[in-house]
Amino acid sequence: MAEAVQARRPDGAVPLLRVGGLAKYFDISPPFVTRALQGSGRSILRAVDGIDFEIETGKTFSLVGESGCGKSTVARLVVGLYQPTKGHVEFDGVNIAGLTTRKAMEPVRKRMQMIFQDPYASLNPRWRVADIIAEPIRTHRLIEDNRDVLRRVGELLEHVRLSVRDGEKFPHEFSGGQRQRISIARALASNPEFLVCDEPTSALDVSVQAQILNLMKDLQRELGLTYLFISHDLAVVYHISDFVGVMYLGRLVEWAPADEVFHNPQHPYTRMLLDAIPDLEMSGRPRQAVAGEVPSPIHPPSGCHFHPRCPFANDRCRSEVPQSLPRTGGQVACHAVEEGRMPAGERI
Amino acid sequence: MAADIDHREVVPSLARRATDSVHRFFDGDVFYSFRRSPVAMAAFAVTLLLFFVAAFAPWVAPHNTDDVTTLNLMNARFPPWGFTDPFGTEGVAQFLLGTDDQGRDILSAMMFGLQISLKVGFASVILAAVVGTALGLISGYVGGKLDSVIMRIADIQLTFPAILIALLIDGTVAGLLPRALHQDLKVYVLILAIAASQWVNFARTVRGSTLVEKNKEYVQAARVIGVHPVLIMIRHVLPNVTGPVLVIATLSLALAILTEATLSFLGVGVPVTQPSLGTLIRIGQQYIFSGEWWMTIFPSLALVVLVLAVNLLGDWLRDALNPKLR
Amino acid sequence: MAKSPLLEVKDLRIEFPTRRGTLVAVDGVSFDIAEGEVLGVVGESGAGKSLTGASIIGLLEPPGRIAGGQVYLSGRRIDNLPYEEMRKVRGREIGMVFQDPLTSLNPLYSVGRQLVETIQTHTDLDEQAARKRAIELLGEVGIPSPKVRIDQYPHQFSGGMRQRVVIALALCINPKLIIADEPTTALDVSIQAQIITLLKRLCSEHGAAVVLITHDMGVIAETANRVAVMYAGRLAEIGPVGEVIQRAKHPYTHGLMGSIPKLSHATERLVQIEGSMPRLTEIPSGCAFNPRCPKAFARCMVERPDLMQVEKSQVACWLYDQAMERTGSDG
Repeated sequence: MAEAVQARRPDGAVPLLRVGGLAKYFDISPPFVTRALQGSGRSILRAVDGIDFEIETGKTFSLVGESGCGKSTVARLVVGLYQPTKGHVEFDGVNIAGLTTRKAMEPVRKRMQMIFQDPYASLNPRWRVADIIAEPIRTHRLIEDNRDVLRRVGELLEHVRLSVRDGEKFPHEFSGGQRQRISIARALASNPEFLVCDEPTSALDVSVQAQILNLMKDLQRELGLTYLFISHDLAVVYHISDFVGVMYLGRLVEWAPADEVFHNPQHPYTRMLLDAIPDLEMSGRPRQAVAGEVPSPIHPPSGCHFHPRCPFANDRCRSEVPQSLPRTGGQVACHAVEEGRMPAGERI
Repeated sequence: MAADIDHREVVPSLARRATDSVHRFFDGDVFYSFRRSPVAMAAFAVTLLLFFVAAFAPWVAPHNTDDVTTLNLMNARFPPWGFTDPFGTEGVAQFLLGTDDQGRDILSAMMFGLQISLKVGFASVILAAVVGTALGLISGYVGGKLDSVIMRIADIQLTFPAILIALLIDGTVAGLLPRALHQDLKVYVLILAIAASQWVNFARTVRGSTLVEKNKEYVQAARVIGVHPVLIMIRHVLPNVTGPVLVIATLSLALAILTEATLSFLGVGVPVTQPSLGTLIRIGQQYIFSGEWWMTIFPSLALVVLVLAVNLLGDWLRDALNPKLR
Repeated sequence: MAKSPLLEVKDLRIEFPTRRGTLVAVDGVSFDIAEGEVLGVVGESGAGKSLTGASIIGLLEPPGRIAGGQVYLSGRRIDNLPYEEMRKVRGREIGMVFQDPLTSLNPLYSVGRQLVETIQTHTDLDEQAARKRAIELLGEVGIPSPKVRIDQYPHQFSGGMRQRVVIALALCINPKLIIADEPTTALDVSIQAQIITLLKRLCSEHGAAVVLITHDMGVIAETANRVAVMYAGRLAEIGPVGEVIQRAKHPYTHGLMGSIPKLSHATERLVQIEGSMPRLTEIPSGCAFNPRCPKAFARCMVERPDLMQVEKSQVACWLYDQAMERTGSDG
């Protein structure tokens, strides 16, 4: 509890979620016999390699990055689908990374839910929509009487702008956007405060994406929800976030308020990502084609992971892992920024 | 369009769910593909006919071959009606397909034999399916050491042919139990032996499908909600892996009937007092060289038709349930 | 128009016979492309944009079939060619780049062998010369150390590099037309920018026309000269890219543009088009967009609009017909 008190910041904002030194390593070595025969050692994939951030109550924190950067792994660590290798996930002052039994997790389960990427895989095709949405209620016995459960399901359906009668249908009768609404209704069924959204709109068409993003914003305002939002789409992230964290190969390279990240990016990788966004305004801004590709996370580059693609890299970047340093409203991990070697970035 | 639906009825009653499912089945792709496949329909008709004959054998069969008192040795070894045997005996209409060495009517004996064959086949497939599905589900969902143990047992199981297991179990039971009891238990020994050789198929397939389903987001969603792992397995994963189980069950049924026939042919199957198709073929084959072919040919034909029909049905089902081939 | 266009699609109609009746997936789509031009085809999933692309190259998956209309390549009709003839057209005149580079490459053959085989099938170069040409092509699409990479297998390439190989494969026949179906969708943003730049450069260098099929307006904005917007199997709007993106005429295009989150200005709410695209079984009568259209009126419910010239674009919307009539009667 002492820690929870400490977490209270001078401006009075209380972080709902605090993540510290969080790491997840996957052992992806071949089976023992194969290893012995080939004489190869174990290979460890460092999907998430020690990241820290915190999310204030009622705000949206987004993690962006390219595929393989570990952002989805963070989402799964936070909701407890994976056990972290190191570090802690503190939800409302309780370290949930240490809760290994289902019993111990139960009080947290109700308060934290997840929305998934693929609306076609996230609903059991053999269940009726009403049963899908009622699952959290029935699992935690939040409402005893079945008629009341169904009444609550009806409310939830209307909350996500579906009709009460949709409850008796099966998932295949709905479009992708409608399924994502069902997913959201299920996530809201246990009255959670915190939603982890793993690429909730990336499988949807833009017009449907707009509907879902608007709905999520409305729900946040109505219910005071806190979001951890995972996406690779920078424009979506800019639209929905209060804070943005940029990940690269398992590390958080920069995080700050959204306006800061998008209009005053510090880390060269953040700048690169922003330059790579297609220009819809047709302002004639040349789109910067960045050289190189994301290296394999099994054998990441030494020092700063980004150095092979970074125009400002020097010997220190190649050997020494940069530590997170304060920047306006957040943190950045870059030697060039620390040493003042970076040219001032002019953005938008 | 939905104005006639009662607004209070968010989730329909059990009765409406049932009629809904029936309606969805006849409106569904599987039934449609069935209607479009003459082979499937023919196989289904033949299977249905054979099941009917087997189930109602005591009423349909011209003679009750189970009742020893009705047998008359004077009736032994009559050829089928319209045929003459090498010794000059002519067939009579009373015994349409001839009689065996005990004076049993072949047609009736086949009907009763079919009943035994199907009983043993169904019982062993159901046992194998239940055990195999449960083990496959646990193996795939839990993973880790338990998975390795179950799968290694399955591998070892596969190295023993069904016949060997049947002989082994039969021998053990014969050595341990008194002879009378052993005769009574023979059918169960047979069922156990066939099931033991077949559960591996179910376990492996279900494990494979479970590994796929387990990583789908609806299972992860259930985990985030905090549903108990056993309930996740039963309510979420199981209904989504039953398709392949149905296909294997059908194909295994054909195999089980064949195995039973083989074992009965070798004499370790069902007791002679309750002859199955395999027993009939065994009895008949002693007379084939004396030109009395009907005793073995007709039961063999029945076996071939049954196994072929069930197999064709299984093949069609596999294609119909496979969305990639549609 | 002095010269006849390179590709001309006239009144294309694609049907899918199903047991519940015939579905019309593409209905009355007409457009043309000049040499060296990049035409973007955008639309949401189910709009029929990929089917349109597949039907041009004769790779429509059965049971889908072209039920009406014509496709002309350099004035020659190609939609009714027999399979062998069409295969030659595909090999020599039209190249293809698909969304998933893995499906276009054979995992069992080295990249070089696939390139050399394709070159040799369509030219009379000997093996040595074909290999030299393959190395040149790999270098041209920006693959580092092509002499080493040519003997590697597809799985040894990353996603972006694989897409480059596919582009090299499409280019090795010197096609007049490239059909690119979602070429950047499976790629990360930074890689996407590289591929777009490459595609643009190659088109201008080789003078090939491109049909760029995508759902990503950003990609279209950067790459295309003209853009065609499809909705429920029909063309909603077609015109110069700047016109369509910045002065969208059709209410659907307008809504679509508004629903894309933008970096330049923060908005609290995105413009949202209510509802979703109709299923092919339930396409409404009249204008297919009428149930979702904020400006729909009586005529939209019954009568289907054809493309009509509005300023520099062509738009299928009755709003503009009215306006024209009014100005017509005024003058």
